[in-house]
Amino acid sequence: MNIYADFLIIFILLINLIILSSSRIRVCIKLMAVQGVLVALTPFIIPHSVATEVVIASVLNIILKGMVFPWLLFRVLQDVNIRREVEPVGGYPFSLLLGVAFFVMSFWLDSYLVYSRSVFSNLAVPVAFSTFLTGVFIIVSRMKALTQIIGYLILENGIYFFGSILLGEQSLLVELAILLDVFVAVFVMGIAIFHINREFDHIDTHKLSELKDYVNPQEDV
Amino acid sequence: MIAILLITVPFLTGIISFYTHNDIVRRGMLIACACFHLGLSCVSWFWRPQELLCEWFAFDSISMVFLTITSILFLGASLYGVQYLADESKHNKGVGGPKKFFTQEAIFSGCLLMFLSTMTMVIASQQLALLWVGVEATTLASSPLIYFHRTRRSLEAMWKYLLICSVGIAIALLGILFLAVANNNQSGMLLSDLLVNAAALNVTWLKGAFLLLFVGYGTKMGIAPLHTWLPDAHSEAPSVVSALLSGALLNCAFLGILRIYQICVAAGLREFCQDIFILFGLLSILLAAVFILRQKDYKRMLAYSSVEHMGIMTLGLGLGGWAVFGSFVNMLGHSLTKAGLFFVAGNILSCFKTKKICDVRGLLNQGARRTGILWFAGFLLITGTPPSAIFLGKFMLLKEMISQGRYWISILFLGALGLIFKGMARIFISMTQGHPVEMSEERIFLAENSFFRWSVPMLFFILAISLGIYFPKWLMTSIEIITKGLGK
Amino acid sequence: MIMKIAQFILILMVSPFLFGVINRTKAFFAGRKGAPLFQLYYDIAKLLRKSAVYSASTTWVFIAGPIVSLSAIIVASLIIPFAGCSSIISFEGDLVLFFYLLGLARFFTCLAALDTGSSFEGMGASREVQFAVFAEPALFMNLAALAQLTGKSSLTEIFSSSQIHYWASYGPLLFLALFALFIVFLAENSRIPVDDPNTHLELTMVHEVMVLDHGGVDFAYILYGAAIKFWILGSLLTGIIFKGSSYGWGVDTIIFILLMVLLAVVVGVVESTMSRLRLLKVPHYLLVALSLSLIAFIISLR
Repeated sequence: MNIYADFLIIFILLINLIILSSSRIRVCIKLMAVQGVLVALTPFIIPHSVATEVVIASVLNIILKGMVFPWLLFRVLQDVNIRREVEPVGGYPFSLLLGVAFFVMSFWLDSYLVYSRSVFSNLAVPVAFSTFLTGVFIIVSRMKALTQIIGYLILENGIYFFGSILLGEQSLLVELAILLDVFVAVFVMGIAIFHINREFDHIDTHKLSELKDYVNPQEDV
Repeated sequence: MIAILLITVPFLTGIISFYTHNDIVRRGMLIACACFHLGLSCVSWFWRPQELLCEWFAFDSISMVFLTITSILFLGASLYGVQYLADESKHNKGVGGPKKFFTQEAIFSGCLLMFLSTMTMVIASQQLALLWVGVEATTLASSPLIYFHRTRRSLEAMWKYLLICSVGIAIALLGILFLAVANNNQSGMLLSDLLVNAAALNVTWLKGAFLLLFVGYGTKMGIAPLHTWLPDAHSEAPSVVSALLSGALLNCAFLGILRIYQICVAAGLREFCQDIFILFGLLSILLAAVFILRQKDYKRMLAYSSVEHMGIMTLGLGLGGWAVFGSFVNMLGHSLTKAGLFFVAGNILSCFKTKKICDVRGLLNQGARRTGILWFAGFLLITGTPPSAIFLGKFMLLKEMISQGRYWISILFLGALGLIFKGMARIFISMTQGHPVEMSEERIFLAENSFFRWSVPMLFFILAISLGIYFPKWLMTSIEIITKGLGK
Repeated sequence: MIMKIAQFILILMVSPFLFGVINRTKAFFAGRKGAPLFQLYYDIAKLLRKSAVYSASTTWVFIAGPIVSLSAIIVASLIIPFAGCSSIISFEGDLVLFFYLLGLARFFTCLAALDTGSSFEGMGASREVQFAVFAEPALFMNLAALAQLTGKSSLTEIFSSSQIHYWASYGPLLFLALFALFIVFLAENSRIPVDDPNTHLELTMVHEVMVLDHGGVDFAYILYGAAIKFWILGSLLTGIIFKGSSYGWGVDTIIFILLMVLLAVVVGVVESTMSRLRLLKVPHYLLVALSLSLIAFIISLR
């Protein structure tokens, strides 16, 4: 069983790296969905019996992250009509290397943490942390608002992965509540992007800089 | 039972008002729900029946204080808001447009009620994961409210608010998972369990959890340097929403931090947490001082003043002892005063149609007399002139600082407060004195004389002053219990 | 000892066959019949009979280039283990020697190209070296990951130790290392998607243009050197996959040669189905290999 766990974890990490270095938004959305499904499958890989609550939670996760979120995002993509991302801060190769650096950093951090490492593989917690960091980096470095939502979902994937490795089961109600929150968040963000596109004719968040405190003295305000 | 009612009734009313097409009925529902909420929270001071899901939702002494202030604020906001919407729709009568299924006002009222419901959920939660759910839900319920006026700037503000707060709250979720790992991988996150179990919590994981939760909820609370969404969101939102955001929502985020602080104190990490509180509190106050000095937009100035007060509250928590009492008093005073100030700012905005300070002059010298008086009174109260409750709060902080011998902190504190006073004085004086600007009579008439639009801020200011003069016994005992629990 | 010498001679003899396999595979995809399988042997034999023309502006470096690079590659092939048996030269740390021998070969080829004084070859040399900047760390990290995994630093010992074949517990690491090695393999051997061996357009040549001015015996050395380099880098790849069977030396050798032929077919398939990358994108491509091998290395540290 352990080897499947290792492969699953490595795939999650590889998906992070591919999303970091890819400029095609459709590919990013699909890969993020695959990552969400892989993360939701983790309880089944751990070699001990699975409670029904966990099964229900996993199935709901798979449906939401694998089907509903990509569908929502594709709808927004269709309305907004963009195909590719603009170069992120530093360029794609830098993002890729930074992704590897996140993994190295998470590995190093992991050596300081003490937890029961018996069940899962050695790589699980570092990959969870590096997914989290990758999500944050994508939000920071990308310019299109849609990619920022993808980064947010990758962030959630990392957190959920961390939770499912280290903690047994959450109460089903709490799981559902958290999932509902994320769903509504993505929904509201999608609507916001739609409005932004209608209002500004673009979804480059770097250009949303009308509200600021320092105004150039030459500008006549 | 009461807690569940307080959460579900506003939520359901909110959903109903999405579908209500009659304006009057909807506004009536809003006010009725606000009165119901205030009534029940007053009742729960005296009588708390056995809760249904008693483990997860219950009120303890901390929650009661927060609940009361939120209810009062929401009632005031709904009264003001209803009047404001009525006045605005009188102006905008005949504005055509495609007939939408959800009218804008319906979305506004519905989201406002859901906002109340989610805030109550945060206050009532004894389970930390549900508290998290509530905080995220408040973000989602309040973001459509910011976009009410459908301008470019408010859209930008809404996006920043949504994204920054969601990322912050996701970091807080990681913190909650850390907390669960610290608790030996048990995922029951009941506050009472954690407090009982506190000595057995793993210290490294608990420290990590505290840092992540502080960053996460601190983003929501507006602590520098995580406050960047605050000036934009609070200045672009309509005044009713700004008042609620500044007065009630920031407090709920503070509650989240308080909960984790309770656990850390029980586990013996008090010094660690207090150092962080003092650092970030001072940073917030200083940063707010710097940004208020050159401010050109009066609502933005009020937003930075909120950052300052959040910094004061955190600083008070970090000092311990009677400073905790002071920070609670400050919280009460700030909520009331800031809400009142935002209401008056809303009046000024609807009179002058501009948010720039240089375009508003002579409030006291023309027909907008009441607004001018209220505006200046608010300024005096928010900067801590006695007999304001804020003065009481700041004074207790200062007293604690000096009795602990932290002279450098007190110098920085007083210096920053002085700078803020100077900055705000310049703005307020220039707005209230001077030659009045040419104004249309009708606008001034509405803003001045619509009953709720001047009476609600006045009532809030009176409450703030009376808190500064006379502290009711029941409130004092509640806060004393909290202080004993958290302070040194 | 006899076995090892026999294996070495086998390497020298069989390596040009692989290029024929690649060309046949590409022809199959293109619907052609393709050149004979032993075409490279015929080419080398033809070239050995010819004489070379040396320009007046070249020096001894131009003549030395192909000779030194071929000898470096042949010495490198003495270090590579064949079919899981040990190689002729094998000592602690010989993987670093292997690595630097490949670097020496590349260095002298580039020097000879620069020595012609033509901007054509210079452009090819600069591109080749630019790719090498990214490819060599990736290759080295990969070998380092394998060395860290097995705890040995000699190529023979790495490929004959048990951990490398134990996919059940080191699966992800080996998978990453294999994938990264394949990417670098295609780059080092100037295959698509890095460099098209059939192109004759000056703007798109990388390796071909470096050796454009060589003729006769020199060119024969270069072609032969390329074939042996293909073999030795490929045997790194197959070494990870190949597990020694228990039927003895002969069967092992045959299985290994078949695996190398299979690798050549795979390269042919990749060449036929992928298009060549823009030159600007090749560093990104190699950075992928570098990232994967870095990750493999980090994993092997645990």
